[in-house]
Amino acid sequence: MTLRHASYFLLMAVLLVLVGVLQSWSVAMGLLNMCLISAILALGVNIQWGYAGLFSVGTMGFVALGGLAVVLTSMPPVHEAWSAGGLGVLGGLAIGVLAIIAAVQVHRRMAKGWARLAVQAVVVIGGFFLYRAVLDPAVDAIEGTNTAVAGYLGGAGMPVILSWVVGGLLAAGAAWVIGKVSLGLRSDYLAIATLGISETIVAIMKNEDWLSRGVRNVNGLPRPVPYEVNLQNNPDFVAWAQSFGFDAVEGSSIFVKACYAVIFVVVLALIMWLSERAWNSPWGRMMRAIRDNETAAKAMGKDVKKRHLQVFILGSAVCGIAGAMLVTLDGLLTPATYQPLRFTFLIWVMVIVGGSGNNWGAVLGGFLIWFLWIEVEPIGIWAITNLTAAMPEDSGLRAHLLDSAAHVRLLTMGIILLLVLRFAPRGLIPER
Amino acid sequence: MDFLNALVLLGNFVLIPAISYGSQLALGALGITLIYGILRFSHFAHGDVMAFGTMAVILVTWWLQGMGVSIDPLPTALLALPVGIAVAAGLLLGTDRTIYRFYRKVKAPPIVVVMASLGVMFVVNGLVRFIIGPDDQNFADGARFLFTVRDFKEATGLDEGLGLRWSQLITIVVTLAVMSGLFWFLNRTRTGKSMRAFSDNEDLALLSGINPERVVAVTWLIVAVLVTVAGTLYGLDKSFKPFTYFQLLLPMFAAAILGGMGNPLGAVAGAYIIALSEVGVTYAFRKFFQYLLPESMEPSGLMQLLSTDYKFAVSFVLLVFVLLFRPTGLFKGQSI
Amino acid sequence: MSEHPVTPNPEAVLIGDAMTGGYGTGADILHSCTIAVNKGEIAVIVGPNGAGKSTAMKAVFGMLNLREGQVRLNGEDITKLSPQDRVAKGMGFVPQVRNIFPTMSVEENLEMGAFIRTDDYKNTMEQIYTLFPILKDKRRQAAGELSGGQRQQVAVGRALMTKPSVLMLDEPTAGVSPIVMDELFDRIIEIARTGISILMVEQNARQALEIADKGYVLVQGANRYTDTGQALLADPEVRRSFLGG
Repeated sequence: MTLRHASYFLLMAVLLVLVGVLQSWSVAMGLLNMCLISAILALGVNIQWGYAGLFSVGTMGFVALGGLAVVLTSMPPVHEAWSAGGLGVLGGLAIGVLAIIAAVQVHRRMAKGWARLAVQAVVVIGGFFLYRAVLDPAVDAIEGTNTAVAGYLGGAGMPVILSWVVGGLLAAGAAWVIGKVSLGLRSDYLAIATLGISETIVAIMKNEDWLSRGVRNVNGLPRPVPYEVNLQNNPDFVAWAQSFGFDAVEGSSIFVKACYAVIFVVVLALIMWLSERAWNSPWGRMMRAIRDNETAAKAMGKDVKKRHLQVFILGSAVCGIAGAMLVTLDGLLTPATYQPLRFTFLIWVMVIVGGSGNNWGAVLGGFLIWFLWIEVEPIGIWAITNLTAAMPEDSGLRAHLLDSAAHVRLLTMGIILLLVLRFAPRGLIPER
Repeated sequence: MDFLNALVLLGNFVLIPAISYGSQLALGALGITLIYGILRFSHFAHGDVMAFGTMAVILVTWWLQGMGVSIDPLPTALLALPVGIAVAAGLLLGTDRTIYRFYRKVKAPPIVVVMASLGVMFVVNGLVRFIIGPDDQNFADGARFLFTVRDFKEATGLDEGLGLRWSQLITIVVTLAVMSGLFWFLNRTRTGKSMRAFSDNEDLALLSGINPERVVAVTWLIVAVLVTVAGTLYGLDKSFKPFTYFQLLLPMFAAAILGGMGNPLGAVAGAYIIALSEVGVTYAFRKFFQYLLPESMEPSGLMQLLSTDYKFAVSFVLLVFVLLFRPTGLFKGQSI
Repeated sequence: MSEHPVTPNPEAVLIGDAMTGGYGTGADILHSCTIAVNKGEIAVIVGPNGAGKSTAMKAVFGMLNLREGQVRLNGEDITKLSPQDRVAKGMGFVPQVRNIFPTMSVEENLEMGAFIRTDDYKNTMEQIYTLFPILKDKRRQAAGELSGGQRQQVAVGRALMTKPSVLMLDEPTAGVSPIVMDELFDRIIEIARTGISILMVEQNARQALEIADKGYVLVQGANRYTDTGQALLADPEVRRSFLGG
């Protein structure tokens, strides 16, 4: 990293400090935490794109799976729900999986022809109805138990930090399936298949209430850090906070965010270290060789599809981890908030702007773009307010412009992406 | 009699909605497949460009409605369609001039162009939300039904009825007109044939004196017609909401891939397959079977395979099947 | 005997005169190479692999940059023209591969060949159908579905649609059976008889020289032997080095 690249990070730090001074330190810390998570997400996408040239637009799905992992791992199990329909759900899912395996086996073992197609159809359709017959009553039973606060199976009641690993594993599993299907075909097929899987994952999370409570959200997820209320009731803490000039409420808020920041920095550093090791290893060189000339790599006997699958799974796992961290930070899972523009395409902007194929670039992109994503809105409103100041108070156009200012940031992100792609395609910190 | 009732029921709730939805998808998928065949990249801004053209139609429709113009029973939006097409054409040609042409010149790999189309997607999405807002917009007017379920019941004496909305009829008629126009153009005119030649073998087309920039411009013009018509029909039939249009990207792409990327007839077939599956899988077949089966065998459940929230998952599953078993599509790809 | 200067007949329809150059900014592949075709004659470029045969033809057609030398068509200097403009000036080119529009019908392939023509091309099309009767039978069929030899006929027919004064063929018989090759050569002779000059690159040197009025043997991008086809076939040195005895 050159001096110039280091200065980018310094500038980023100055920007965050400025927010602290001008807005509030609590806001600045919140921004920092999201920047850290964005950096991890960007690292995940960079592993796929920068290392291997894989174009996946399913980041949102893997992030959402990470979020689901938090619920499944850390929430206490809902025992009534389990006794009402736990076995039914497990049985139903098992039937579903068995039916798919059976269909695959039929495909492998029988000779091609109408007979095979017919048997497969019977297995799949029969399996589906059996699956629904077992699953549906169980789901109804589960969703009927104590609907107001539960209505779902709950989780395993394990420490929340563990869920980050689980999130990575869930995302890796989904990536394996989708990679198996769509890798090895034309590059944009992966893009479209991943777009599909991410929409589907989010649809499942919105609708399978027994699993994730759907749009009723899961609140009160356990935390790896202290609660603000407890801190505020602790006289020692209050005194300590006052020694920095903060009142109890603000001090506790900053302290909690700082705790998160410390944990996030550790995770980011760990992933960063691993990514750099991978990049500089023979494996990383091979990946780049495949990326730059797939035909030549194939001719040299590299199993391109297998390598691609590997790198796709790794990158998705990193996104899953980040997704779990995000939900842990929020303390609640709201499936309806997973929007592709925000959780897939924005990450792409981060990677491209930061510098694809450079881990430091991805981290910088994560910081910078998240910062802009948040700060462009107030800047836009400020700009429009000033621009329209000359218009009469009751002007319809002025009201409309002010109402719409919030959408300026989509526009800005698009323009940034287009400009960087055209005039600085290697990004702020280019690949070495 | 029960058999007829069952058929009418199916027609009313599955076939007619699926055909009109399929027609809207088909127009969108045709655009995707044309761009892929000629410009050789996956156009991710498709859904948002569709929203942009439709937005222009809506604004003009409102203005016309304000002026008291009406072509009842037809919706005023049909009058506004040419303006919407012109606006979409301006947008598409503008993005081509400022963005895509550069990548053509430097012969950038397709994936970079796809990335650029992501940027365009952001910008257009932002513009649409900025101008008309992110919410549902209603712009349908004119008569709602050509004949209602009740009219049908009274006329036929059946227990079940079949209603046909104007928006559905217009969708089908307009789609047929646009599609036959397009296929006539591609197969019968010199320019259309030169587009197919360009898609088939770019180098040989250049050698034959076909002007690539002209082919590209004509392609964008056709896409402008397709997306604006598709978007307006979808908006009349259901409603206009920018995010929904973005979401249509998945079924449209699935249809294009299903039919073989670059193959227009395939895209049309793929679109109807997707639409029929989506509507069929999410329809509750209980009543249908009540008519057909003896009382003792009547189903107890709704007989609905999947809840309607999963309709996008249907395109995804079909897409996965095609990629698994026939990645070039049901029909051969790369041929417009 | 190393490279020797070739002085083309100034009356020749197409002359690539002392061409030196290579692809892009890469090293020179051609070294003062001269190729010329007289009206209604068949000229063949032969030589070992990597001798720059196809490159020489592409140079004549404007597909690579010449550092030195000139290309003249009917006396006019066309060195600076793009391949497309050379087509308009009367050159027809049949690439070795990807030389048809596979999903378009035979007739549409011919129509595309005539794309730059503004006059009525129905007569030309009929002439091509007379030359290749099988194409008339298959006019509605997609060109990609035809056999290899038939596809070559479509490719040649497409290039003839502009009524060129010179037809250039890059290894027209690559990958077709000997019978089809003979038939294709017969057709090429027929085309030459109508007054169209033919310039072709061939791997099957012996058979090609048999029908050639003029043969150019290239080695490492330079002229090695130049004579009539029959004379080259009779030259023991040429036979030994290039025709396998």
